[in-house]
Amino acid sequence: MIIVEENKCDFCGTCVAVCPVDAIELFEAQIDILHDRCIDCDLCVWICPIEVLHTVENEATLA
Amino acid sequence: MKDEYDVIVVGGGPAGSMAAKFAAEGGASVLMLEKDRDIGMPVRCGEAVGADGLARFLEPNDKWIASKINSFRLVSPSGLIVDIEGLSDGGYVLDRRIFDYELALMAGNAGASIMTKAYVYDLIKDGDSIKGVKLKYLNEKVEFRSKIIIAADGVESRVGRWAGIKTTIKIKDMESAIQISVGNVDCKSNRLDFYLGSEVAPGGYLWVFPKGENYANIGLGVAGNHNKSKSARKYLDDFMEKNYPEASILTTVVGGVPCAHTLPKIAADNIMIAGDAAHMVNPVSGGGIVSGMQGGRLAGTRAAEAVRAGDYSYKFLTKYEKDWHKLLGKSYERMYKIKSAVSKLTDDDLNRTAEIISSLPQSKRTLGRVFKTALLKHPKLLFDVVRAFASV
Ligand SMILES: Cc1cc2nc3c(=O)[nH]c(=O)nc-3n(C[C@H](O)[C@H](O)[C@H](O)COP(=O)(O)OP(=O)(O)OC[C@H]3O[C@@H](n4cnc5c(N)ncnc54)[C@H](O)[C@@H]3O)c2cc1C
Ligand code: SF4
Ligand code: SF4
Repeated sequence: MIIVEENKCDFCGTCVAVCPVDAIELFEAQIDILHDRCIDCDLCVWICPIEVLHTVENEATLA
Repeated sequence: MKDEYDVIVVGGGPAGSMAAKFAAEGGASVLMLEKDRDIGMPVRCGEAVGADGLARFLEPNDKWIASKINSFRLVSPSGLIVDIEGLSDGGYVLDRRIFDYELALMAGNAGASIMTKAYVYDLIKDGDSIKGVKLKYLNEKVEFRSKIIIAADGVESRVGRWAGIKTTIKIKDMESAIQISVGNVDCKSNRLDFYLGSEVAPGGYLWVFPKGENYANIGLGVAGNHNKSKSARKYLDDFMEKNYPEASILTTVVGGVPCAHTLPKIAADNIMIAGDAAHMVNPVSGGGIVSGMQGGRLAGTRAAEAVRAGDYSYKFLTKYEKDWHKLLGKSYERMYKIKSAVSKLTDDDLNRTAEIISSLPQSKRTLGRVFKTALLKHPKLLFDVVRAFASV
């Protein structure tokens, strides 16, 4: 699961551009990962210039 | 405010403003929507442009020119410095906060309506057919209908996706970039500096673009596939610590530069895509200000023609694709090949190339017009050009 590190994002849209399934929404000063769409490809994590996005194991979805 | 227009432009950057201006001048009723509070802010850009490209759109004005450029410095991976001086038709480092305003004013003065804080989140569709946009304006949901939409929404390029056009970019073609505007640095106000090499910016380059005396934009782009192991920020931190430890950082911005060739499809029924959203960026230099303006101009012009003809079909709009291909798209395909070749050069290759150039006397160093053009428009090409010369 992709998580956003709080107060770090610059809202530049680079991650949005590489997301293959349009699972990132960006407002003037807010970023949301649409978890129901996300396919955990990690491309957004790799491209972010300032390491805002991270992958974590999601216990909840395993249950 | 009306709720129906001939043309709706999404995005108030250089591409959007020029699309809105040329559509309005062609007689269409136009609305341009920008999600941010302020046109031109934040400035995610090194702000360097060639003078000749810009001159086609507006007269140079000291209001938005931070510095005038007539020389270049290239720094090879081993630190060898190559200066190329006395370029006659140079360029500028802009003040884009003011420049982008100026472009939006040109659109407004041509008759386009403009709204900021207007976040477009979807398209209005009737079956498959696009009828307008849905947006959040000051937290209210609003809908505007239009015959044509011009998607100039920058790298994110979601509007095109909603219309069913594939706009996602491959990670290796996206430059992951960061830039700081800094004071207290030693820079020359008429010179652009480029640093190359795998330690500084793998698959990209680092720039020092002066905005005045001791004041510069310093930034870099790293090819997306390299950003994974070490982020753009870390590359910049390392560079600053080594080269400008005393710099005072006034602002930091990050962003992505789509260094691919233009999307194969940039139009469909009722929609055209322009600027970064269509990947209209010189893939070698990453420059997209003037190309975005060119794309916007072509899209706006065609939109107005469509309104006059009452035909909003892909068949009619496809002329925009052809016009773009002829104007710049085709040459960017060639540039993309050069970019791929240049990205294979090792640090040793780059060092050798720098040695060859620096052994030339300054008077011969430009190697005629080839260099001048190559440098101004696509800095990294220099090395490829020199390599071509050297291997003869
Ligand atoms: C770090 C960096 C340095 C660069 N340096 C240079 C340089 O030195 N020279 C050069 O020529 N180019 C440079 N570029 C590239 C250049 O900045 C872009 O190519 C140029 O800004 C593209 O213009 P545009 O109008 O297509 O997009 P933008 O300028 O990005 O404008 C798009 C606009 O659309 C708005 N928008 C997006 N989504 C929505 C939505 N859903 N609803 C409403 N509005 C929306 C955005 O807020 C934005 O204002 C650089 C880029 C970066 C990231
Ligand atoms: S790439 Fe990073 S900084 Fe840019 S919007 Fe995405 S998470 Fe934020
Ligand atoms: S992990 Fe992949 S699918 Fe999920 S948000 Fe990131 S880029 Fe999109």
